[in-house]
Amino acid sequence: MKRQREILLIGMTVLSAVTVLIALYLALAGAPDANLSSETGRYAQRIIYFHIATAWVGFLAFFVTFVGGVGYLRTQSRTWDIVALSSAEIGTVFMLGVLVSGSIWAKPAWGVWWVWDERLTISLVQFLIYVGYLMLRASVEDPSRRARFAAVYGIVAFISVPINFIAIRLWRTQHPLVFGNEDGGLGPNMMFAFAFTLITFTIWYATLMWHRIRLERFRDDVEQLKQKLLD
Amino acid sequence: MSYLRKVSAIVWKDIVAELRTKEMFSAMFVFAVLVIVVFNFAFDLRVSGERVRQVAPGALWVAFAFAGILGLNRAFVAEKDRGCLEGLLLAPVDHTAIYFGKMISTVLFMLIVEALMLPVFTAFFGVNLLDFRLVFIIVLGTVGFASVGTILSAMTAQTRAREVLLPILLLPVAAPVLIAAVKATSGILDGLTMAEIALWWQLLLAFALIYPAVAFMTFDFIVKE
Repeated sequence: MKRQREILLIGMTVLSAVTVLIALYLALAGAPDANLSSETGRYAQRIIYFHIATAWVGFLAFFVTFVGGVGYLRTQSRTWDIVALSSAEIGTVFMLGVLVSGSIWAKPAWGVWWVWDERLTISLVQFLIYVGYLMLRASVEDPSRRARFAAVYGIVAFISVPINFIAIRLWRTQHPLVFGNEDGGLGPNMMFAFAFTLITFTIWYATLMWHRIRLERFRDDVEQLKQKLLD
Repeated sequence: MSYLRKVSAIVWKDIVAELRTKEMFSAMFVFAVLVIVVFNFAFDLRVSGERVRQVAPGALWVAFAFAGILGLNRAFVAEKDRGCLEGLLLAPVDHTAIYFGKMISTVLFMLIVEALMLPVFTAFFGVNLLDFRLVFIIVLGTVGFASVGTILSAMTAQTRAREVLLPILLLPVAAPVLIAAVKATSGILDGLTMAEIALWWQLLLAFALIYPAVAFMTFDFIVKE
């Protein structure tokens, strides 16, 4: 049973690596050129596949952190806490990826690294919430209290995301600074690359989650062994 | 004792403690004035005349938010330092009564500071803020800010980083309050009707209703040992 799981994990890791490589090929070469006039624009547009998939994982991970928090408060089981923590850590990295890849695209497309557009703003706020979550965890010693605090913050912060989204969207539409109408419709081949990348990133996220949860379990085991030696 | 009586007992305790020391209130007020002064330095170098009007709502709400954070920090840290939090928790009241008591007293302190700030702000920025509709926006915004702030402050008071952590946790979550409050305040300054800024005060209202409900469900987990 244990061995089977190990093999499955290795399988998923390999699958993630292979599909990410295929997705990279599709994004860079496989998908047709976007219908854009400038040459840099056409190249830059290809980041969109990874960019959107990264954002998807960033928000999905936050939802999982929320679910983990609710689960922990209901059951007080360490497993839920590990799920919430792992997802938050992975989400932080992906959210940073969203901000960086977005900026890389924005420079050639809009001429600036950053604008206070609704999606950019919400991503930045989301990233800061993640950072706050991890800082909160780092600042509490007692494991059960840490888990409880993190769960409550995960819930409080998750509920703020849709409200934030509404606020920022309303704020932006009142000042229509339309920069990117990049959703001029994706062609069929582009759609395939897009869907493939999205699925790939979801698998990748699941694999990372598995690794991270496994790592935390090992850490707990080591901690227990240490205690045993001390006693 | 009814639930309401318990809540008001906690609010009363906070008011009496504050009247005797005056440490929180004076700090909040002086800090809010300083924020305005700092903003005046920052803006006066670049913005002049009619355009001051455009930055005024933002400066006002930043001052309120920062002063609010000071107050929120004291709300639980002071209890913790004097060993009073345990006493409060041992009292035969539902823990959520502690939340509502603390939240209401924070809102009261913030509102008093804000009421004193309005004339100061009107004088410094030369915009007339003495408008009863603005009072409505300020009350809603303050309740929203304090409702989520009280949950987080109860948490951060029990962490190692304490005061440092509260703004980091609070500001991203309370961003909608700041956006909506600033938009509503600018709307009023621009002479819009309440119907025209309905979206914004409704958002504030929703926020001020959602977070006490969240606190009601989660507060127990924060304070129990």
